[in-house]
Amino acid sequence: MHHTLIIVGGGPAGLTAGLYAARARMDHLLIEKGAEGGQVLLTDWIDNYPGFPEGISGFELAERMTAQAKRFELNSMFGNVVSMDLSAPLKRLELDNGDSLSCNALIICTGARPRALGVPGEKEFVGKGVSYCATCDAPFYRNLHVAVVGGGNTAIQEAGHLTKFADKVTVIHRRDELRATKIVQEKAFANKKIDFIWNSTVTGIEGKDGVEQLRLLDTSGKESTLNVEGIFVLIGVLPNNEMLPLTDLKADEGGFIPTDCETRTAIPGVMAAGDIRSKEVRQVVNAAGEGATAVLAAENYLTNLS
Amino acid sequence: MQSVNDADFDSVIASDTPCLIDFWAPWCGPCKAIGPVVEALADEYKGRATIYKMNVDDNPATPGKFGIRAIPTLILFKSGEKVDQITGAVGKAQLIDLIEKAL
Repeated sequence: MHHTLIIVGGGPAGLTAGLYAARARMDHLLIEKGAEGGQVLLTDWIDNYPGFPEGISGFELAERMTAQAKRFELNSMFGNVVSMDLSAPLKRLELDNGDSLSCNALIICTGARPRALGVPGEKEFVGKGVSYCATCDAPFYRNLHVAVVGGGNTAIQEAGHLTKFADKVTVIHRRDELRATKIVQEKAFANKKIDFIWNSTVTGIEGKDGVEQLRLLDTSGKESTLNVEGIFVLIGVLPNNEMLPLTDLKADEGGFIPTDCETRTAIPGVMAAGDIRSKEVRQVVNAAGEGATAVLAAENYLTNLS
Repeated sequence: MQSVNDADFDSVIASDTPCLIDFWAPWCGPCKAIGPVVEALADEYKGRATIYKMNVDDNPATPGKFGIRAIPTLILFKSGEKVDQITGAVGKAQLIDLIEKAL
């Protein structure tokens, strides 16, 4: 199948791109491998997306973005892109079921996923005390003691969410101050159920049938242990880039895709928007804005082609 | 796709036909993300393996029994015995690998 424009990924960037493409009446297709929403679905509550003065759940925001794009006849399909050939003006995409698709312009919105600690015990205890999604798993820790690793917005905000269920939440952070936005920090410091272990990293996760204790190392070289029933690892993201030709796209050291301010990548006719872009700030509102920019850049590219 | 609850769980997993139980909840984003993949597999494996969903909010006993602390968790059973399990919004290929373990 051929489409003028293909959008890969259905998070906030992809859905906004889809909305703009559908409204522009472009011959388009959005490919999503799971459910529309992407990482927004992992977020308990979003207080910094404009237009929702009371805040909105990540889940509902994703549903609303999807409904809005569908109102304008978004053309979307369920599929998993495994490779791309972007060396010719006619771009080719291969899906895991063997199908292949082509397009003239491509918008990459494949996003990112939570980063793992990479310590002994982590893989063994996934689903048995190790979690990367507080929104999903918090209710399983009613009246228990859990740890959160990280100091950014996600970690500190989700620590607050965890206190709705857990008795005690211990935040373990490798520095002596948090990176999270001030208002998020203030809430956490005021929450009596949250305590902090500073200047420390987790070096191991131990237990029998489930997580029982963490091994910690502080910056002075002192080792200690902490007894917890769960550990939530919220230390940033890795790019979903396995299907991308990284060399041609001139990916950065972390595997993210650099673009100019119009979201154009190193390959003509290929745009990147949202968390897959090489950038400092990964917020829902940026992702949405970049999705819109990417469609306008695609339209410009296509106009100049013909 | 069929649902299973605490009451009929034991009789469902006792079958000689392998069955995969998808433990989920309505508030779980990754459960929603993996949903279409699981639905598709339920069709593809029709007759060879049966796939059920279990809502962990409505059915606390079974997730408790299997020590489930994260969703989505998918557990594969054959003749009443647990074969293997997987946690997280994994890809279709990983779910196929899981189901094939009991075929």
